[in-house]
Amino acid sequence: MIKVEHLTKQYGSHTAIDDVSFQVQKGEVLGLLGPNGAGKTTTMRILSGFFPATRGTALLAGFDVFDQPLEVKRRVGYLPENPPLYGELTVDTYLRFVATIKGVGRGRLQSCLGKAKERCSLEEEGERLIKHLSKGYRQRVGLAQALIHEPEILILDEPTSGLDPRQIIEVRELIRNLAGDHTVILSTHILPEVSRTCERIVIINNGRIVAVDTPEKLTAQLSGGQWIQLEVQGRAEELPALLEAIPQVKSVSVEQVETNHHSVSVETQGVEDIRNLIARKVIDAGMDLFQLSAQSMTLEDVFVELTTEEKEVGEEVSA
Amino acid sequence: MRNYWAIVQKELHTLFVSPIAYVVLAAFFLVTGFYFFFYLSGVLDYLMQQALQAQQFGGNPPPFDAPGMVMQGFFGILSFVLLLLLPMVTMGSFAEEKKLGTIELLLTSPVTHLQLILGKFSALVVFLSVMLIPTILNTVLLFYFSEPAPPLAPMLLGYLGAFLLGGALLAFGLFFSSLTENQIVSVVVTFCVFMILWVIDFAAGTASTLPNETLRYLSVLKHYEDFTRGVLDSQHLVFYFSMIFLGLFLTSVSLDSIRWRK
Repeated sequence: MIKVEHLTKQYGSHTAIDDVSFQVQKGEVLGLLGPNGAGKTTTMRILSGFFPATRGTALLAGFDVFDQPLEVKRRVGYLPENPPLYGELTVDTYLRFVATIKGVGRGRLQSCLGKAKERCSLEEEGERLIKHLSKGYRQRVGLAQALIHEPEILILDEPTSGLDPRQIIEVRELIRNLAGDHTVILSTHILPEVSRTCERIVIINNGRIVAVDTPEKLTAQLSGGQWIQLEVQGRAEELPALLEAIPQVKSVSVEQVETNHHSVSVETQGVEDIRNLIARKVIDAGMDLFQLSAQSMTLEDVFVELTTEEKEVGEEVSA
Repeated sequence: MRNYWAIVQKELHTLFVSPIAYVVLAAFFLVTGFYFFFYLSGVLDYLMQQALQAQQFGGNPPPFDAPGMVMQGFFGILSFVLLLLLPMVTMGSFAEEKKLGTIELLLTSPVTHLQLILGKFSALVVFLSVMLIPTILNTVLLFYFSEPAPPLAPMLLGYLGAFLLGGALLAFGLFFSSLTENQIVSVVVTFCVFMILWVIDFAAGTASTLPNETLRYLSVLKHYEDFTRGVLDSQHLVFYFSMIFLGLFLTSVSLDSIRWRK
């Protein structure tokens, strides 16, 4: 549905994005993740047709953004970082205006308006002036204007910024519901957002793509294992040797909490879950198992690792 | 076409909810109304004197085109007030869209630059009509009370000239507004340029050397004067239409520059 190849944008000598390529399948939700200033907004502005790239091509819904901008714009809904609202219009007037310039016919106008308002929970706000709305409602109106012409592709630049936690959950829910019918690209610098809403993530830093994958795989690939925490009771002297006999175990450390009570951390390698093997070993050794929990390396760790040691990890990922 | 109308409607809406619109309209009616009254009473005083003199020395007062005099004075002040006030009408057109970020909405919608610019320009022309049309009342009064009725042509052509002058000023105001996201910068630049266009008129003087002729041709007001005298010359029409075209064309280039700016 979206095919981006070697996209580069330069402002004078400053390179905002450099050789960015990725693809998005129909109905997929792709997350563009990166620190502020990484080039997310630039990428989205190019895709939405706001300005062209210095080099490279972008195909949306089968049309080239540069050669057939009007065809692309008809099929794309775009929510910029700051929702583009006219304070002195009412929500209804504003949405009608957007629908018209996005090419919604007179006959479909009312139903499109109703649907967009319903999806963004704006049914009660139709007659209110946009300038009197709270930040959360403005963001919803912004979302509604992106949705109003039922575009095949949605480009959302930080759709949850400025919302309170409950609204954030609602918007994520909304985006998940949109997937399938719509292809969605969203950008964010908030990690839980991508792991909860996106099927695939593009991590971008300093204008370059440093990783592309599903949230789960990205985490697994980079951590390459798990941390398993155990709490056991009994004599723990032989425990490290016993556990290290399991091939996936990388290291074991034992710490005495109380007499006879130990806290054990086990580092494993590979994606395989070996909690069951560990539990069996502990029981077989005649000890009591109080707690056993696994911790994957979180996306947060991956992100920090990728965006701080960009080069190293970049090589690791491509290798 | 629907895009165009949608933009005209939206522009009219934003123009007429802004307090600036009403301040401009009030100032315009106040100043033009006052000057109309001022010219009219001046001409009437003069006529009274003439009549008195004629009574003292016998004979008839010389024929005098009173309505023509009043209207010429009125159209002169009209052009000056337009130069002063129109920058305030155009200052927000694009500057405000850039500041609010709504320019992103407009430029990522399937709307061509032509539709966008013509839409905004048309709304501005509607505003200009709201300024000019009520002043026709003055003219109607002149017609109603004059004996014999004055010729119609100078009045109609005067208004045509006012619309063309206003249109050219609006087109350039639109362009200056598209250069910045700051309304103040927009209004100051527009105002300064209009002032230069006004001063050109004096600089040109009456000499008939080539530079003076050129300056005179470039003066937006010189072309307007002929209209108020009741002269319809195609060179003036060409001048104003090319000014409007140039202003709108430059606006389009300025919008395009977002695409190629480094």
